[in-house]
Amino acid sequence: MQNIIIAGFGGQGVLSLGQFIAYSAMYEGKNVTWLPSYGPEMRGGTANCSVVVSDEPVASPIIAFPDTLIAMNKPSLDKFVDKVKPGGLIIVNSSIIKDKVKRTDVKVCYINANELSLQAGNTKTANIVVLGAFMKQTGLFAKEDVIKSIEKIFAKKPKVIPMNIKAFEIGYEA
Amino acid sequence: MSEKVLMKGNEAIAEAAVRGGCRFFAGYPITPQNEVPEYLSKRLPEVGGTFIQAESEVSAINMIYGAASVGARALTSSSSPGISLKQEGISYIAGAELPCVIINMVRSGPGLGGIQPAQGDYFQAVKGGGHGDYKLIVLAPSTVQEAVDMVYGSFDLSEKYRVPVLILGDGMIGQIMEAVSLPEMRDVSKIKKPDWALDGKGSGSNRKIINSLYIEPDVLEKMNIKLAGIYRQIEENEVKVEEYLTDDATVVITAYGTVGRIAKSAVNILRSKGIKAGLIRPVTLFPFPYFAYEKAASSNNVKKFVTVELSMGQMIEDVKLGVNGKKPVEFFGRSGGNVMSAEDIVDFIISKEV
Repeated sequence: MQNIIIAGFGGQGVLSLGQFIAYSAMYEGKNVTWLPSYGPEMRGGTANCSVVVSDEPVASPIIAFPDTLIAMNKPSLDKFVDKVKPGGLIIVNSSIIKDKVKRTDVKVCYINANELSLQAGNTKTANIVVLGAFMKQTGLFAKEDVIKSIEKIFAKKPKVIPMNIKAFEIGYEA
Repeated sequence: MSEKVLMKGNEAIAEAAVRGGCRFFAGYPITPQNEVPEYLSKRLPEVGGTFIQAESEVSAINMIYGAASVGARALTSSSSPGISLKQEGISYIAGAELPCVIINMVRSGPGLGGIQPAQGDYFQAVKGGGHGDYKLIVLAPSTVQEAVDMVYGSFDLSEKYRVPVLILGDGMIGQIMEAVSLPEMRDVSKIKKPDWALDGKGSGSNRKIINSLYIEPDVLEKMNIKLAGIYRQIEENEVKVEEYLTDDATVVITAYGTVGRIAKSAVNILRSKGIKAGLIRPVTLFPFPYFAYEKAASSNNVKKFVTVELSMGQMIEDVKLGVNGKKPVEFFGRSGGNVMSAEDIVDFIISKEV
């Protein structure tokens, strides 16, 4: 079972990053829940979602202690850093977050998502860069399977598929 | 059953209603159920149905009254303050013995309250809500798949007894995404129109009348007795409950809806710590599964019950009726839109053990 919290500013693709993980899980035959924070959120406000991936049917979709935290901005890192399970993983968007994680009992991966997304051709793909880093770090699903999921998710917008696959691969290799 | 699709609770419920034969929706926007009308505003016209965004909740529920009286499979959805506004109409619909389906994606209250998940509308849902001596069939889904299956079957269930069905969800089940198998599309041309439905036919003593006004006490009493008989039939036939690891349980947690699934995780964590916990999750809130509590309360293993709710304690009153004083019933709740984690439930139970 993997419990993942993804948090950042509204507009950073936080909720859709969670959905990419959820779609990949479903296509892999896993059970999954995706639960967003909801409310009067807007671009620039804060947003987060909780994703639970499991071989068994998911009971609680509420995550008290995540295995993985993906922090896209500083307030999100501050809010959830102490909740991550010992031995867990924190992925930090180091384009925006300049601080280092002080905890020594977790694995930390710093990824310069905004700059790397430029290499894919569009800063909108920063969340997909992070998706690549997440899949590499956790090994949750094979690279090829996630690429297949990206193709399925964007089936109605085939033009954006190559850019997103490129962003994913950049994140995966970073 | 089709290939699984990842859908938000609100959208999956809306699609399930269409597949179950719903062809009429009237409602008024309110968070956290807006994806239901949003989805249906596009979907219903595709299948020849009617979508109306009414000018108010009062108007919407009376459109449901009208549509149901001509035999349409009619749906409305709202969230707590909106459902309060609909109560007069719901009472009229119950009094006129019309079927329909009502969705309440409960938010925190009272008053305008907040928009986060809550279970503070339990009393309103199962103990009346509107005026007069009536009941609704109240279903409480804990997963998106269960919500889909419930909504799909709810039009048949409502027509069977001529009693409105209320789906009591909360903001969480509305907003969560899960993989679901959608049931097949019902062929609405093969769904028989009820013979009581108004169709402009019949005259004199054969006139069809849909009404909830009974001025003569003896006539109305006869109607009240008839309705009570129907509610007894529903209690006999339709009660549903999920029991999880209750056979050897010493602590029985009980919760409904989304809290039921959080409580299930709590049971698993407690078991991993050597505490024999079990779960009773009412699937139907009316009819309420009193027998499950009677049975557990009579077991020598069971030391106590813990009711967990997103309220200050409402369902606990029905739990106590079922337990009937045989064992202690404790309460753990969060409110205001805060949602407990499985670990919070575990901590509460362990803190009471020592």
